[in-house]
Amino acid sequence: MNALTGNRVFRIHWVLGTDRLRAVCHCSAEREFEDPVELWEWLLDHPVGHAP
Amino acid sequence: MPGFPRDQWYVAAYGSEIGHDLFSRTVCGEPILFWRTRDGAVTAMADRCVHRRFPLSQPPSRLVDDQVVCGYHGFTYDAGGKCVAVPGQTRIPRTARLSPYPVVEQDSFVWVFIGDPANADATKIPRAPWLVAPDYTTVSGMEPLNARYELLVDNLLDLSHETYLHGGYIGTPEVASTPITTEVDEDAGIVYVSRHMDDAECPPFYSKSTGLQGRIARWQDIEYTPPCLYKLHSRIAPVGSVPNPDGSDPDAFHVEVVYAITPETETSTHDFWAVARDFALGDEEVSAFLAENNRTVVLQDVVALNVLEQVIANEPEGYQELSINIDTGGLAARRMLKRLCEKA
Repeated sequence: MNALTGNRVFRIHWVLGTDRLRAVCHCSAEREFEDPVELWEWLLDHPVGHAP
Repeated sequence: MPGFPRDQWYVAAYGSEIGHDLFSRTVCGEPILFWRTRDGAVTAMADRCVHRRFPLSQPPSRLVDDQVVCGYHGFTYDAGGKCVAVPGQTRIPRTARLSPYPVVEQDSFVWVFIGDPANADATKIPRAPWLVAPDYTTVSGMEPLNARYELLVDNLLDLSHETYLHGGYIGTPEVASTPITTEVDEDAGIVYVSRHMDDAECPPFYSKSTGLQGRIARWQDIEYTPPCLYKLHSRIAPVGSVPNPDGSDPDAFHVEVVYAITPETETSTHDFWAVARDFALGDEEVSAFLAENNRTVVLQDVVALNVLEQVIANEPEGYQELSINIDTGGLAARRMLKRLCEKA
């Protein structure tokens, strides 16, 4: 479910049945994390490390 | 985090708090004087006489028609803050003027702009239309919090604490155990956290106000627009009920829980809260129940955060917190606030 519709929205999904978080950048790069601090560091580093 | 986000709108009061009397409230460390003029407009200006800084809200300072007279030496100011009389002489110094604040009365709140008035854009004030909508009934209040505003932001962005701190009121086991989805719009400045519990225990706050018995679908959608306005869109419905494709949602009860998080000083906060509902409209018994219960919940937070402020004030530098999945939204809010502080 997407509540926000802007062009630069970061989305973080708690992967069902796990303790993991899936970060989705507005550039559509995705990565899973166990630590929300590391997750935000990766998201905010866009575009570094966001290449497909 | 040093200082406050400046060039921002903050809620200073409910409109109902300000009449044709002198009223003072400190916002972001700035003491502000308010009153409502005879034509009904709210004024906002520095609450310090330019002469010897006596507070103009302090008796025997007084309001005479639409002018405030300083109770110390009689400096007199009009509703725009301009000095119109000084004692014993006819020449009024050119600089004798109270700094006026941009002020907007909207959605039951009085908003003031803290920063350079030239940057005040009233269209940027976030909205909470339910608080004055005819198809909602609202109860509200404000509690003083002896803690930095960031602690209240942390608290409200992670509702899993309801299960532990507010058990028996709004907390049930499912709140802490249901995964969340977090969305952050960098350009619009919004943090959105969703927790949709499709089969949950109904806490007394909702069972007694809605009459729903048994298990419920309980959706919590947080929409925070830093720094000040926080909205919790709460949806309570029978298990299995979902909104129709056209957005109508006749089987559900909707509660809009609105907070205005206004820093008073570096370590104190005005905690404005309001609960607007689209059911039991005008029912005074339900209003009294929701007002009493929400105030109790707010005070549970106040007690906890006051303690936390003392812990932080007395700890050595460099304490390392631990963050887990439930903190994803709170971390996003912290970062946005930090950026707003740095921009100022």
